[in-house]
Amino acid sequence: MPIQSMKGALRALLLLAVFAAGVWSHASGIIDDFLWHLPDVQYLAVEHLWLTAMSGSLAIGTAIPLGILLSRPSMARWAESLMQVLNVGTTIPTLAVLALSMSFLGIGTVPAIFGLFVATLLPIVRNTYAGLKGVSPALMEAAAGIGMSPAQRLFRVELPNALYVIFAGIRTALAINIGTVPLAFLIGAGGLGELIFTGIDLYDPVMMLAGAIPTALLAILVDALIAAIAFFVVPRGVNPAR
Amino acid sequence: MIRLDSLTKVFDTPKGAVVAADHISMEVPSGEICVLLGPSGCGKTTTLKMINRIVRPTSGKVFINGDDTTGMDTQTLRRSIGYVIQQIGLFPNMTIEENITAVPRLLGWDKARYRERARELMAMIAMEPDAFLKRYPSELSGGQQQRIGVARALAADPPVMLMDEPFGAIDPINRAVIQDEFLKMQQALNKTIMFVSHDIDEAIKMGDRIAIFREGRLVQYDTPDDLLTAPKDAFVESFLGEDRALKRLNLVKVREIVSDEIGSVSPGDTLETALTRIEDFGYSNAILMVNDKRQPAGIVSRSVARTTKGYCRDHFQSVPAAVHLDDDLRKVASLMFAHDITWLPCVDDDGRVCGQITQRAITSHLGSRYRAHQAAMGTADAAAKE
Repeated sequence: MPIQSMKGALRALLLLAVFAAGVWSHASGIIDDFLWHLPDVQYLAVEHLWLTAMSGSLAIGTAIPLGILLSRPSMARWAESLMQVLNVGTTIPTLAVLALSMSFLGIGTVPAIFGLFVATLLPIVRNTYAGLKGVSPALMEAAAGIGMSPAQRLFRVELPNALYVIFAGIRTALAINIGTVPLAFLIGAGGLGELIFTGIDLYDPVMMLAGAIPTALLAILVDALIAAIAFFVVPRGVNPAR
Repeated sequence: MIRLDSLTKVFDTPKGAVVAADHISMEVPSGEICVLLGPSGCGKTTTLKMINRIVRPTSGKVFINGDDTTGMDTQTLRRSIGYVIQQIGLFPNMTIEENITAVPRLLGWDKARYRERARELMAMIAMEPDAFLKRYPSELSGGQQQRIGVARALAADPPVMLMDEPFGAIDPINRAVIQDEFLKMQQALNKTIMFVSHDIDEAIKMGDRIAIFREGRLVQYDTPDDLLTAPKDAFVESFLGEDRALKRLNLVKVREIVSDEIGSVSPGDTLETALTRIEDFGYSNAILMVNDKRQPAGIVSRSVARTTKGYCRDHFQSVPAAVHLDDDLRKVASLMFAHDITWLPCVDDDGRVCGQITQRAITSHLGSRYRAHQAAMGTADAAAKE
């Protein structure tokens, strides 16, 4: 009983705080300032998503085949060392990757997409490789023992069983991707980074937040979207969500 | 029929070459179960897996139904051999139906045919098709999963099956049930089966023949009875255990040594008659009382018959136990020990008394094989001396 009444009191207090914040932000004009940026946000968010879509699909399209290739028994000798190289690659700051890609490809959309592609690639390769390697040897022996060819084993047994882990990699990668797109503004590719960095330069916190909050919302949205796709694509028997 | 001809596997390890299987030659006749038995690392699993090339033989040949498999395409070969492994290896991403029909689908059967086959197989392993076909392996118990594993191996009706400790991961109670079910299925299916086990009791129960392996070599290949009566060397002897004479109890059915002659009384007989019969048949302490359907109804003890007057129906004790003609001697012996008695009435399918089995008959039956073996050894020794 005391705990319940405490909870009730906390809830009331929280509501009050939210209300106060609303009153304050309305009175100080922040909400109007925010809304003033809305057309920009809409335009830039589309640009932002476009950059993510381009670099993300390129990365998925490259990383999954690469992960599959690395997991093949014939690659076993090289796979671990190559994975180490990729792991080291992950530690290079994304800003540095963008700067490097700019010095080779110039400024604009192309170097931005390339830089984002590199940053997105690694988690997917790693999860694809780990997911495929994680398929139980007993399962592989059963698949071979009943007479599946290597390709049939890959598509009917290995990939379906690794799919959940692969999707987890894609989710991580795309969250990183969306959070990195603002940096692409620095090499002239647009996106919500335009509001963030301009806001910082002009000491305009409202402008900066008008870039940062939609970026965060986009990341959550895309994550939820991929989770939803995974829910339906990953077979029910190996899908912990179902 | 499976025939192995000098099958050899040498593994190259950093410590040098290890011979996992050394010129294994043996033949499993059609419709029989051959159990490969031995301690771990003896080469039994390697030998099994060379047959479907999960392990590639270094040299030697495998013949299935007389055909040399050396030139066969690996996938085709494997699709024609049923394969069951200890870890079961059901595909968790597929429904039970998809699992069972995996091989038929690989072979390109049409949908109606393989769906029909899935229902047939479920009936064979006594699982309700409608309740299970659409479920996933993770929703089934271990025993149910292994039944599905066996069904998957049987799906395309292969003449030959390889089973690698198939029931090893199942709890003892379920294991016995599945073993019995499998033996019953095998009576109808007549597959030629190679079966790896490290459990001597399982081998005796399942095997028509047993092959004992040691350090990559086939030491002895015999029927369970021959193996238990005449182990070839000290290793086989120790592997079979010191109670190997008792293990033979599993192999003999009551039917084989039951004696038709059994004296009995009916409830309406007087105790005087009972005493006369006890003495006529030479029983030392009691006689069986049967009802009008010849089912065991009780026993009348000698002491009661001697000291009391009246009818059997008023002075009997309950029957401690009765055995069926198809029970094995292990059960008989166990019942005898449990009830401290030296004979048991035997009943047929309708529960009618059709004879008795005595401790004496059991020991004499088990001993006769040993005596024959010893005598043969004796003549062999004598011949060797001359």
